[in-house]
Amino acid sequence: MGFLIALGVLLLVSIIWMVYRIQTLVSVVKGSEKKVATGSNKVNAALFLLFLIGSGVLMFWYSIKEFDTYHLPIASEHGVVTDNLFWVTMAVTGIVFIITHILLFWFSYRYQYKEENTAAFYPDNNKLEILWTLVPAAVLTVLVVSGWKAWSDITAPAPENAHVIEVMGYQFAWEFRYPGKDKQLGNYDYRLINPTNSRGIDFTDKNALDDFPAQKVVIPVGEPVLFKIRSRDVLHSVFAPHMRLKMDAVPGMPTRFWFVPTKTTAQMRAELKDDEFVYEIACTEVCGGGHFSMRREIEVVEPEEYQKWFAEQKTFVEMDPALIADAPSEIKELAQIESAE
Amino acid sequence: MAVANVSTHGASAHDHHDDHEHSDNFITKYIFSTDHKMIGKQFLVTGIVWALIGGFLSILFRLQLGFPDMDMTFLKPILGGWIDESGALDTNFYLALVTMHGTIMVFFVLTAGLSGTFSNYLIPLQIGARDMASGFMNMLSYWLFFIAGILMFISLFIETGPAGGGWVIYPPLSALEQAIPGSGLGMTLWLVAMVFFIASQLMGGINYISTVINLRTKGMSFSRLPLTIWSFFLTAIIGLLSFPVLFSAALLLVFDRSFGTSFYLSDIYIGGEALPNTGGSAVLFQHLFWFLGHPEVYIVLLPALGITSEVIATNSRKPIFGYKAMILSMLGITVLSFVVWAHHMFVSGMNPFLGSIFMFLTLIIAVPSAVKVFNYLTTLWRGNLIFTPAMLFSIGLVSFFISGGLTGIFLGNSAVDIQLHDTYFVVAHFHLVMGSASFFGLMAGIYHWFPKMFGRMMDAKLGYIHFWLTFVGVYMVFFPMHYIGIAGFPRRYYSWTNFNFADMYTDLNMFVSVAAIITFGAQFIFLFNFFYSMYKGRKASLNPWRSNTLEWTTPLEPGHGNWPGEIPTVYRWPYDYSKPGAKEDFIPQTVPLSSTPESNLPHEAEQVKLEREIMAEEGSDILVANESKES
Repeated sequence: MGFLIALGVLLLVSIIWMVYRIQTLVSVVKGSEKKVATGSNKVNAALFLLFLIGSGVLMFWYSIKEFDTYHLPIASEHGVVTDNLFWVTMAVTGIVFIITHILLFWFSYRYQYKEENTAAFYPDNNKLEILWTLVPAAVLTVLVVSGWKAWSDITAPAPENAHVIEVMGYQFAWEFRYPGKDKQLGNYDYRLINPTNSRGIDFTDKNALDDFPAQKVVIPVGEPVLFKIRSRDVLHSVFAPHMRLKMDAVPGMPTRFWFVPTKTTAQMRAELKDDEFVYEIACTEVCGGGHFSMRREIEVVEPEEYQKWFAEQKTFVEMDPALIADAPSEIKELAQIESAE
Repeated sequence: MAVANVSTHGASAHDHHDDHEHSDNFITKYIFSTDHKMIGKQFLVTGIVWALIGGFLSILFRLQLGFPDMDMTFLKPILGGWIDESGALDTNFYLALVTMHGTIMVFFVLTAGLSGTFSNYLIPLQIGARDMASGFMNMLSYWLFFIAGILMFISLFIETGPAGGGWVIYPPLSALEQAIPGSGLGMTLWLVAMVFFIASQLMGGINYISTVINLRTKGMSFSRLPLTIWSFFLTAIIGLLSFPVLFSAALLLVFDRSFGTSFYLSDIYIGGEALPNTGGSAVLFQHLFWFLGHPEVYIVLLPALGITSEVIATNSRKPIFGYKAMILSMLGITVLSFVVWAHHMFVSGMNPFLGSIFMFLTLIIAVPSAVKVFNYLTTLWRGNLIFTPAMLFSIGLVSFFISGGLTGIFLGNSAVDIQLHDTYFVVAHFHLVMGSASFFGLMAGIYHWFPKMFGRMMDAKLGYIHFWLTFVGVYMVFFPMHYIGIAGFPRRYYSWTNFNFADMYTDLNMFVSVAAIITFGAQFIFLFNFFYSMYKGRKASLNPWRSNTLEWTTPLEPGHGNWPGEIPTVYRWPYDYSKPGAKEDFIPQTVPLSSTPESNLPHEAEQVKLEREIMAEEGSDILVANESKES
């Protein structure tokens, strides 16, 4: 293998060498080094034009043909807004992109060196400068203001009735916790983490008694959901691509993101004609060797189904009564009452 | 336009340089040289070596991304244990490759290789100075950079691998050995290397700034500086103000890693134990890092834009359009570059209100960038374009600057950034606008000033082939990444097949990898051309591009001190190309306005009068390029 590579490199080098020598000799014979611009000038100018047309066609063809592949379906309310902004920005920048590139390559072709031509002496024009300072500024202002509105809405405090779910990242997975019937997540402290209490939940807090874990995020369609995000070790980032949701998980600093899912998993499956489809959560902040494998699923269901599922879940304490072995007696009593209900 | 009152310092104060020039031996000439030209070349060659290493690392991880099932056993001779029994690349080493590629390219190639080379080489030559303000500090700047390079290079070969937490080295990942093997000795070496690197940058920067301010030749007012010098000057200012912040960020990280402090660490349970650190903030590091990190983008980009301005004007045979607007927009970029850093952190968990502020500031910086693009386009308009390889690379730079700059408008908008953050869209964006554009600036600079550096010409045809392969190649590598990014593919992923939403585009990733290999291969054409021409290239003429700036008035191979006689005086701005009425289509800066009455513009009559007065005052004759006053 090594021999083959060496041979290949040798061959390549010798070909380049020969081409180089031949063209040097040819240029000496032609005496072209004395000219300001040789025939290559025309070739380069033409190549710019060719590049403009060729790559332009390729870009449009691929962008249109592949649209459904790279365009992810949207499944949240704010996702519709941010995607609109994305496509508005795409239209504006797309126009600028095309015009400036046509000018760049057309000028390169049109004004290629000709001996009889002289370049125009055109050092400045303040009116033009002001024009192309103000126009981009105005366009950007429009984009910024609409982006700012969307951003303020997305980052505004979650509605009172939002379903709270705790999302905790660690190397290399996510863990989820629901607040249970009291809708209150129990306190946690990272010092309480041990093999049986991976989230460090403080079971002396009565709010924690009805908290329950889940293997995947189950949420009701059309109702606000609030992710309370934290990390146990290094930085992670919750990314739910179809929800247009992303927020870092920071150890020592809880973060949050709320959204309203708009389509159930079943609806999305029907829409995409794909029975395998699931909403996913990934990690987008580099966190170590398993960064690429932090996959979890989100299941969006009808609200009734969600209530049913919610009621069926077993709490931490029910699953492992030893968790409250050291807790004060009134907590134990409370836990008994709750599990009896 | 102040011609008056520029003292004659340079001419007499530095004459002694000529005396000891011949006493150079190999060591003082090539190794511990204090000549800015040799130091510039040292930076250049070191930069090229680093570019090869950085590029090679990217080929390694592109192999993984394009051909995930490939048997990489054939790489065992170089990568050893990082390839496992089944021929797969180690996931931690994959991250180390990405990290080192970023670090090397951003700092060692595009900061030291670009700004180090051309600021050193061109500042004294273009402002008319014998050397830098402090030749010794300049030498120290190179050797500190060299030590940084050695340390970084060693870190590639240690058992636990080099740093692997991304080039941004966010703690806690970079602070905790338990989190990733690269955060052990590899990270320590990274931090120490960067401390040397920062020291090197500061010494260089102080030198560039003081040289530009103090050592300009007679008549070289700020309003007559070539745009290259303006860009190097502003770059040095940005570096001087922002690199110390990276230093402090790194220092605090060293404390957290080695001395048990909690600047960045809080509430961490890792490796089966709860760490004692509380109260630190991981987001604090991001603020400190990006306070350098964002200006850093302009540190690598501004010199490239400066070089492009010079090359485009020269080869369009036209004055650069809007000289003052170009300077103003660079000043604007310089100031604004310090107040946009947190746009890298919209979803880091920082206060969303801060996000809104930084969105406004970020999109403002797009305006001066747009002005620069329009000015380049207008410079080309009605020019008489000569496509030297340098010119081709400059036009390529403008194209990348547009393509990559426009995607910045998406990312600077915090609402849109939620989805795009840390996806391949970002990778495409910064590789075009900062990576490729600056790289093309570096190439344009090399092709343009090679005759001055080595007294010989590079081969133009090989330059054309190099350009077209690289230009098309770069677009083939980075343009498809926009689609991948819009589809939501996260960056720094070893593989995407774990996820349904990203389990596609294997064809496109393969295409990108093949394109990357071809583009990397094309650089060897350049390498050959560079080293061969250095010794065997055609002898250059004194002013091969028929350019106006001062460096072309020096002898073919200028010695230490640059001009054998007196330093020429400057009488005009550097962009008098194709001036109506002039005999030639260029008038060098050393030609007095009083000797070109046929081409003077009405407003220049005033300056002619001023020029005459000064000459009368000093009782001197007009000095033109390469003439020395007999004393």
